[in-house]
Amino acid sequence: MSEIIHQQPHHISLPEGSIGKQTTTLNLGPTHPATHGVFQNILEVDGERIVSSEQTVGYIHRAFEKIAERRPLYQITPLTDRLNYCSSPINNMGWHLTCEKLLGVSTPKRVDYLRVIIMELSRIADHLICNSIVGVDSGAFSGFLYVMQYRELIYEIFEEVCGSRLTTNIGRIGGFERNFSNAAFEKIEKFLKEYPVTLKEFENLFNRNRIFMERTMGTGGISAERALNYGFTGPNLRAAGVDYDVRVASPYCSYQDFEFDIPVGSTGDNYDRFMVRNQEMWQSLSIIEQAFRKVQEFKGTDADVYHADVPEYYLPKKEDVYTKMEALIWHFKIIMGEIDMPKGEVYHSVEGGNGELGFYLISDGGRAPFRLHFRRPCFIYYQAYSELTKGALLSDAVITMSSLNLIAGEMDA
Amino acid sequence: MALTNEYIRERLTEKFGDVITNIEEPAGMLTFEVPKDMNLKVMQFLYDDTELRFRFLTDLCGVHYPDQKGRELAVVYHMHNLVDNVRLRMKVFSDISDPDVFTATSLFESANWQERETYDFYGINFVGHPNLKRILNVDEMDYFPMRKEYPLEDQSRIDKDDEMFGRGGSVS
Repeated sequence: MSEIIHQQPHHISLPEGSIGKQTTTLNLGPTHPATHGVFQNILEVDGERIVSSEQTVGYIHRAFEKIAERRPLYQITPLTDRLNYCSSPINNMGWHLTCEKLLGVSTPKRVDYLRVIIMELSRIADHLICNSIVGVDSGAFSGFLYVMQYRELIYEIFEEVCGSRLTTNIGRIGGFERNFSNAAFEKIEKFLKEYPVTLKEFENLFNRNRIFMERTMGTGGISAERALNYGFTGPNLRAAGVDYDVRVASPYCSYQDFEFDIPVGSTGDNYDRFMVRNQEMWQSLSIIEQAFRKVQEFKGTDADVYHADVPEYYLPKKEDVYTKMEALIWHFKIIMGEIDMPKGEVYHSVEGGNGELGFYLISDGGRAPFRLHFRRPCFIYYQAYSELTKGALLSDAVITMSSLNLIAGEMDA
Repeated sequence: MALTNEYIRERLTEKFGDVITNIEEPAGMLTFEVPKDMNLKVMQFLYDDTELRFRFLTDLCGVHYPDQKGRELAVVYHMHNLVDNVRLRMKVFSDISDPDVFTATSLFESANWQERETYDFYGINFVGHPNLKRILNVDEMDYFPMRKEYPLEDQSRIDKDDEMFGRGGSVS
């Protein structure tokens, strides 16, 4: 980071009564196209260099934590959708896993593998949009168009599984709402076959691209020590050289059954963040492939397992609700939130698209949580933005912002 | 040697004696309570000790227990030892009429916004915080909305014109 040079413009004689301020105050956002979300940066700039900055967040605060204190468990899932909406299935499953931890539900292996497929698909969707936006902000639009096609395919897979695309509300406590259809498996296979080609093409466009490297290397860097102090997690922390990944550190959802590497960077700058995300997409692809093969190994009745056997929390089949009294009772009780939760407190975290997504749930035995707190990774690491951009060029600050993968929905809850 | 909850507990009681109270292990995570004037000391010890090494602040949030007289507000810290991969949970309780708690910003930069958020929603006054002001709510707000005395809006109220939102009004 270069020093800021304060040059006194001797040749300019300021008019009488003017203030001697040598810097300009500039508002970046809240609705600037380069911020990709609603948040404001009040920058103090000296020419093109940023002297200091202050962040304002909270423009789309929707009081999720307060609302959650009145809602039964299932009604909270749609709230988690709207945190990091680039990878909502990870949030949904993180929430269901938290509930399962509180309720003591264990899931069959096939459910775990299916969940891994969906979570890794959404990780790819999250990373590809972040990386291609870094490309757009540095002036390369075509990479964005290449990969967006495959986000569409990922969304089609989600649609096939749960019926919706962006805010998915996927899954249930204990598993999925229905078994994966053949079309879903075919689409996953298609994705596995076609996406590596496009990703390779995308990498060819960027990885050794002179202009891109010049723009991203050495900008927005952070040391491992500072990153940890700032509470960085996910790809941003790994780009600084710390190999912390929740999937490996505290495996959930049978992640211990899979072979994969944790890519790390060294300087924590924009280029490293970009490279780490790219590498993670390759790792995710390999995980999906392994999970896909494991799922195919289930034969006969095992291949029909898509949820745990927990009638107290898992909604019964619709046709049973219409024909059987018990099913109707359970359906009613679950929908109306008449199931009392056990007392206790749990913290569960999953590796979200941009870091450790944690759920801290305190239950006092009522129908809704007594307190629910979301650990939102980008809210925590956005604090570092001021330090990351101090002394940087304004145009680099824009790239830094997009390469941090800030999602306004997650930041403001 | 793996770092176990028993060992952390032993070290903590050895260092601070019976100041550490309510030691529990819900879902396997060591949880304990410290008096509110001791939070920084305990945190510093957990941070500095060469064996404990709790140098990552995962999460910081507030909780309001309206029924506990004299200890209504709580601050919950989740700390993580990334080397041995052990987590713990530390709680500090405070009287609602005197909600002063020492800030953790001197140890963790990440505490900055999280404490602002906790202040914003629960009104916990973090003593020594460099910039303690509201973060998610508007600056003009004059109450702390996550406290339990502020219920969510009654869903059955009829005095409000909700027509534009498809509820009530002339739309049926």
